[in-house]
Amino acid sequence: MQSGWTFLWAFLVGGGICAVGQIIMDKSKLTPGHVMVILVVAGAVLDGLGLYDPLIRFAGAGATVPITSFGNALVHGAITEAQTHGWVGILTGIFEVTSAGVSAAIVFAFLASVVAKPRG
Amino acid sequence: MGTTSKQQQTSYQQVASAHNPPRPIVKNTVRAFLVGGVVCMIGQAIQWLFIRYGHFSQTDAGNPTVAVLILLSVIFTAFGVYDKFAQWAGAGSAVPVTGFANTMASAAMEHRSEGFVAGIGANMFKLAGPVVVYGVVSAFFVALIRYLLATTMHIKLPLG
Repeated sequence: MQSGWTFLWAFLVGGGICAVGQIIMDKSKLTPGHVMVILVVAGAVLDGLGLYDPLIRFAGAGATVPITSFGNALVHGAITEAQTHGWVGILTGIFEVTSAGVSAAIVFAFLASVVAKPRG
Repeated sequence: MGTTSKQQQTSYQQVASAHNPPRPIVKNTVRAFLVGGVVCMIGQAIQWLFIRYGHFSQTDAGNPTVAVLILLSVIFTAFGVYDKFAQWAGAGSAVPVTGFANTMASAAMEHRSEGFVAGIGANMFKLAGPVVVYGVVSAFFVALIRYLLATTMHIKLPLG
């Protein structure tokens, strides 16, 4: 599946999701924080409908790098764990997939704040 | 007196809004598209390296790829480069996972002077917090609905 085409689709789909975010931001005058929340909820709902995985297979990092994939990954972890452990799995599995990203962001952000000074 | 100042206020607002430049939506959108697309292509290249040289499968390569992008984003934030780039790129730098890491690192750096606990600890998720809160809440209900559909009505939606 990995081919030159995946790079092109990653560019087009990833760029497209960012363009949608920019249009929402400019048209509605919402803050970037509001737009990020809308996108992450959209990713969760799309995965609930089974539509996000086909997008990942098609666009690769174009679908996994934007914040929509955070919502998708949260739902994915919860559903996968619920299939083996019942309803409790929804709670135990929710951070299953996103653990790497969230942990990395916390650790690196902490280290950066210790060594670097804020710049205006 | 009161009416005069109110009239002055409304006329000021009219003048101000007439001189307020309209948001350059097309330019902003093109920039967001190009920058967001390039960030995702860099992610695709990192993912390809993990698959080619790290012997990760297509699905397993996503997590280390995101971690590498986060590390790069935090390094650029620490050097003050990311925020300059963000002013130009708008949503193109905010929507990818690099933007999420950037908000955490910059909030932690900004509040460093208030101490390790009350500064760094309390403020790291100041901007990234809403994404985590509403991501988890929406994911919980989406997963619950799917679980109930599957167990009570035997409706299985595709996954993976």
